[in-house]
Amino acid sequence: MLSAPPSRFRLALRDLKDGIRSIHVWPTLGWLEIKQRYRRSMLGPFWLTISTGFMIAIMGPLYGKMFGQPVSSYFLYLAISFVVWILVSGLINDSCTAFIQAESYIKQTKLPLTVYVLRTVWKNFLIFAHNLAIVVLVLVYFQPRMDWHLALVPLAVLTIFVNGIWSGILLGLICARFRDIPPVVSSLVQVAFFLTPIFWTPSMLGRHQWAADLNPLFHYMEIVRRPLMGQDPSLLSWGVVLAITFSGFALMLALFQRFRGRIAYWV
Amino acid sequence: MTAISARDVIVDFPIYGLRSRSLKNMVIRAATGGMLARDASERVVVRALDGVSFEFREGDRVGIVGHNGSGKTTLLRVIAGAYEPVSGAIETEGRIAAMLSITLGMDPEATGYENIFLRAAIMGLKPREVATMVSEIREFSELGDYIDMPVRMYSSGMSMRLAFAISTCIAADIILMDEWLSVGDPAFREKAQLRLRRLVDQARILVLASNDERLIRDNCNRIMRLSHGKMIALENI
Repeated sequence: MLSAPPSRFRLALRDLKDGIRSIHVWPTLGWLEIKQRYRRSMLGPFWLTISTGFMIAIMGPLYGKMFGQPVSSYFLYLAISFVVWILVSGLINDSCTAFIQAESYIKQTKLPLTVYVLRTVWKNFLIFAHNLAIVVLVLVYFQPRMDWHLALVPLAVLTIFVNGIWSGILLGLICARFRDIPPVVSSLVQVAFFLTPIFWTPSMLGRHQWAADLNPLFHYMEIVRRPLMGQDPSLLSWGVVLAITFSGFALMLALFQRFRGRIAYWV
Repeated sequence: MTAISARDVIVDFPIYGLRSRSLKNMVIRAATGGMLARDASERVVVRALDGVSFEFREGDRVGIVGHNGSGKTTLLRVIAGAYEPVSGAIETEGRIAAMLSITLGMDPEATGYENIFLRAAIMGLKPREVATMVSEIREFSELGDYIDMPVRMYSSGMSMRLAFAISTCIAADIILMDEWLSVGDPAFREKAQLRLRRLVDQARILVLASNDERLIRDNCNRIMRLSHGKMIALENI
């Protein structure tokens, strides 16, 4: 006896809800991916922390000198920026392979598709958590002014997490269908690394500071970076991020409800 | 009430050649039209299931037979919920155990113990449920202390025993099987058959795809014949 099937939109929402609720699946899978990478190594996932720390320790003084910046404030800026960038760029790059990578699961089981996206989001957050040790170290050492703004950091990180969900489903879906997109995205991310204020600050642009504001990724960096640097939150950055979050979800839902059932055929 | 109902299920597998899958061709098609367009929009599909309808109810033991590529596995995956039909509808009620790939989700680098939780998570079990079954799985698979070793170190027979023990550790309303499961050496095989038999007997519906007519006659009370994705017969035996 077949009843009227629920609408596609309802099915897409159910996938999201059931996926998020599967907290016994995606954290395990995300953590497994990190463990797989460092299996049999003594320090394990702490290699993440070490390699990021090494990079920052070398680049900090070098670029500080190059740009003629005071060492302490530049080092702090670079360390935070770099760690946040690893999170943001990792989320974008992994979004592309969220479904492709889960091919064998998708073709044989009924788990909500959102599970595979959350797995990659979670993996990137675990990497971020490891890298956070560097930020804490740098903060303790340089002791910038810190106040209630610090409370905005978890909120900003959570916002980025939520953005990982829509970008993972949206990019994951598009990339499963069009296999040319992942290399396009990864080269764009590479360019964005230089285009986004990570090594440099917008103030270095002088009267062209507005150019930094045009870069949406800059705002994602700012919502985490500013409170950690003891700066006042930027309303513009929060506004841009929230606007992108809502429109991203809307766009994702529009495509996800239409093509959710096709993903198993595409991967 | 356990049931599976399908109405006019159609499944098409798109074959994305190197051409149509690339964005380049979509762009070129949009920009040029004409001669290239015919090439680029050519989408080949393989119709794996063509208008399949049926009702399985409690007590049904359905054997699916058909030549290679007739759609047996695809039908099982549709029932399992992995593939959504292109058109038509499928509805299932009851807990499904899809024993299509019993090693799915297992990681050779993880220990046997970790793999129990990994595989079980993919099967939709919660860690709490699994924890109660760990010792039973360990005992049944006869792994002993190997349970704390990476599966990579296991012989292929050992890892199959583990996969089998996990995949059959929980009762289900509907069991889907692509060929009758059989693992291990003769002694283990006998034990495994008893366990599988018990699981199948407890289940309310069994759907078994196989080309072994005798196996089907021994285990099933209905037989579905597929040919080129079409159901050509569904009869009681």
